[in-house]
Amino acid sequence: MRVLIAFLLGLAGSLAFGWWGFPQLLYQREPQPLQYNHKIHIEKGSMECSSCHEVAADGQFAGIPRTASCGACHAEPLGKTEAEKILVTSYVAPERELDWKVYSRQPMNVRFSHAVHVNKAAMKCEECHGGRGSATAAEPFYRNRVTGESRNVWGPRMIRVGLKPGEGMKMSDCESCHEQKGVSAGCLGCHR
Amino acid sequence: MSATQKTSRTPRRYGMVIDLDRCTGCGACVIACAAENNVAPGAARENDRNSISLLRVFTLNNPTAAGRRTAFLPMMCMQCEHETPCVTVCPQQAVELDVLSGIVEQMPQRCLGCRYCMTACPYHARSFNWGDPSWPAGMEATLNPAVAPRMRGVVEKCDFCQSRLHAAQDAAAVNGSLDPGIYTPACVEACPTQAITFGDWNDPEGALAKSGETFAWLEGLGTQPKVRYRSGQNWLHEMAERGGAAPAKEERHG
Repeated sequence: MRVLIAFLLGLAGSLAFGWWGFPQLLYQREPQPLQYNHKIHIEKGSMECSSCHEVAADGQFAGIPRTASCGACHAEPLGKTEAEKILVTSYVAPERELDWKVYSRQPMNVRFSHAVHVNKAAMKCEECHGGRGSATAAEPFYRNRVTGESRNVWGPRMIRVGLKPGEGMKMSDCESCHEQKGVSAGCLGCHR
Repeated sequence: MSATQKTSRTPRRYGMVIDLDRCTGCGACVIACAAENNVAPGAARENDRNSISLLRVFTLNNPTAAGRRTAFLPMMCMQCEHETPCVTVCPQQAVELDVLSGIVEQMPQRCLGCRYCMTACPYHARSFNWGDPSWPAGMEATLNPAVAPRMRGVVEKCDFCQSRLHAAQDAAAVNGSLDPGIYTPACVEACPTQAITFGDWNDPEGALAKSGETFAWLEGLGTQPKVRYRSGQNWLHEMAERGGAAPAKEERHG
């Protein structure tokens, strides 16, 4: 009996370390430079994802917009929040870029074509980015201390089961979608 | 590709025709290739055998003609189509012949560095990364962001500027197509005498189809290279059959 209790305690301890402790050690928390509210831009500003994150005419995806495009609306503070004041005085007026940490940033040997997925395949942003566009706050960025990559690449939980869209951006996640849709891109279709 | 896989991309067979009578051996293609593909400058220890060279220009001398002639032979991965030697030998499936572009693709992440493919390649068109690439301070700013540098211990080779194919595909996708069409690899763009023609062998109206009579280097091997040459000089045709080796003695005196 005592042996069994010791075993169960050991097992529970190991699982707790693996599922809770290890991620704490593995990931480094990095705050975003500014609180950004996606929801308010979409609802009050009646904007779309592509209003800021646009695919250019030559098919190149702009990713995070530059401060200049924020300044198109935010030349003067549009609200009374502290973040608004910081945006205008510290970034828009002196034309400084914001050091956003990109949740979905992939390793450099990965090529992802927004033009192919959005323009050609008519996929919705949410299919990969989940509810990012309706978030009210910029949640902290977690960087893998070993690889330097974003935690969003692996997904929020150590166990990769029951992942919702936007959770997990590993190669296997790309592959499973490609398999479902019966589209093959070869190796160098997505690698470079 | 299995029957269940579908694609709206036109299957292409990208290839080149290099006019040896036009090549002046200037080496602009070599420089353009290295700059485009983030090939680091050679370290002091590097020589012809252990450096990274995706594209090389050889000097060919005609040993038989009374009037000695010299020609230059740009040589990169020949994108062999039939029983592609590097694909056949790779134990890692790190090399594959892409069915949609006809390009022989090399995946550095899968490569274990055994260099069997380098032995198998009849054209010595593959290079091994004996060390991690390093650039002089400040030169990192000139790197091409669309090409990932290769790490120590893997083989690399010409892939017809895959990053440019990607860019062409992105531009096509905006207009609702997945066909990158005919893009321009860096060496083709850099050649001052326009000796290199890039195109699609599947296109009967294309530039390759119109390039007249062409020959492959070491055609007798039967690997069906998609990079072919043309020249009006007979001795180059003969040399291509021998792979650049001097003719056998009896032949030379006979």
